[in-house]
Amino acid sequence: GNPLKTACSDGDGSERKIQFLHGTTTLAFKFQHGVIVAVDSRATAGAYIASQTVKKVIEINPYLLGTMAGGAADCSFWERLLARQCRVYELRNKERISVAAASKLLANMVYQYKGMGLSMGTMVCGWDKTGPGLYYVDSEGNRVCGDLFAVGSGSMYAYGIVDSGLKQKDLTVEEACDLGCRAIYQATYRDAYSGGQVNLYHVHSEGWNRVSQSDVLLLHQQYQAEKA
Amino acid sequence: MAMSYDRAITVFSPDGHLFQVEYAQEAVKKGSTAVGVRGKNVVVLGVEKKTVAKLQDDRTVRKICALDDNVFMAFAGLTADARIVVNRARVECQSHRLTVEDPVTVEYITRFISSIKQRYTQSSGRRPFGISSLIVGFDFDGTPHLYQTDPSGTYHAWKANAIGRSAKTVREFLEKNYKEEHMESDTDTIKLAIRALLEVVQSGGKNIELAIMKRDESMKILVQEEIEEYVTAIEKEKEEAEKQKKKT
Repeated sequence: GNPLKTACSDGDGSERKIQFLHGTTTLAFKFQHGVIVAVDSRATAGAYIASQTVKKVIEINPYLLGTMAGGAADCSFWERLLARQCRVYELRNKERISVAAASKLLANMVYQYKGMGLSMGTMVCGWDKTGPGLYYVDSEGNRVCGDLFAVGSGSMYAYGIVDSGLKQKDLTVEEACDLGCRAIYQATYRDAYSGGQVNLYHVHSEGWNRVSQSDVLLLHQQYQAEKA
Repeated sequence: MAMSYDRAITVFSPDGHLFQVEYAQEAVKKGSTAVGVRGKNVVVLGVEKKTVAKLQDDRTVRKICALDDNVFMAFAGLTADARIVVNRARVECQSHRLTVEDPVTVEYITRFISSIKQRYTQSSGRRPFGISSLIVGFDFDGTPHLYQTDPSGTYHAWKANAIGRSAKTVREFLEKNYKEEHMESDTDTIKLAIRALLEVVQSGGKNIELAIMKRDESMKILVQEEIEEYVTAIEKEKEEAEKQKKKT
């Protein structure tokens, strides 16, 4: 029969949505000195590793970052559109847009396409006049404010590391970066759909900066050596 | 004829005027006076209250309208036109809160109102709004603002201004008597607004409606007794000043 029909139908013949694999691990958390954003860089198409060098952090503007989970095209397209909206806001109102407003713009944009197959799970991270901001926005229409989010197939492993690492209050910037890096590494260790490099960003009052890019295989050797 | 065509709808005249807009500004000049003063910690709007007929309910004539918790406005000109503008502005204040999760800044809502007014100077089949408005309030960060809009859709920020009938006289009074140091005191700011209105309003405090807003507080419309208190104090100060002048 028609191969496309078989791929898109359930056992009983009814149509089923095309399953995107959210093969990724992205995380972000707020701490005393801002927001840490850490992501992996693997893209998978089924069991095939399409790329090990995907940029899953989208630089919306010098003080706003967005992460990518779900459909890569959906994420990068909508976040670029968000960047355009944010710039227009800045020009009209002569001040930077708040993280709350930016995430709301994104959420409202994709809500209009709810049910039409968009796949996007992103974290909007930034620093505005109320301090560090972190929002989770997805294509289902969810938008939540929070201090810690991990999104993707490797998120559970990442949560384990960050939750235990955040127990001590008041991390320094270096400690927070190490924590984010470790969390992504552990996720790539156990989750087949995450891997490649860990891209780490730090968002502070002056904006964001790219802290590091570390290959997980090298990190593995480093952590193994520390164990010994 | 070309000339009568210009005056019917909003198109340019040969010498570059928008006659409909200018006629709208004439309508504004016929409206009752409104004055606004921006102090350091308080913003004040005062309007001339026209004497009300015996059987009319005084409270239904409200020329000062709250747009949101932090912004309010007064207007001069066609009351019916003002109602439309005020309604749209109130909805926009809430829409802004919904999409941006912050209250409007005074400048934003002024810009919004001005854009509406400008649109009506460029649409077919519509006439411009016959109102000028004074918009006052505090931004989220606590800075006070006073803006004035007119039928053409332009807006400017002011420290103190007046619109409507006798606006020129009142503005000259304000220019002469506005002192930066006095704006630190709430009472002095309010007194300046009342004194300015008293210049042109017949029969004193009875015909003045006054609203004030202090930082982080909502708009307060003063009751008649409070206005009378200020008027009495002002008249006393005037007497003292006269006596001093006579002595020297």
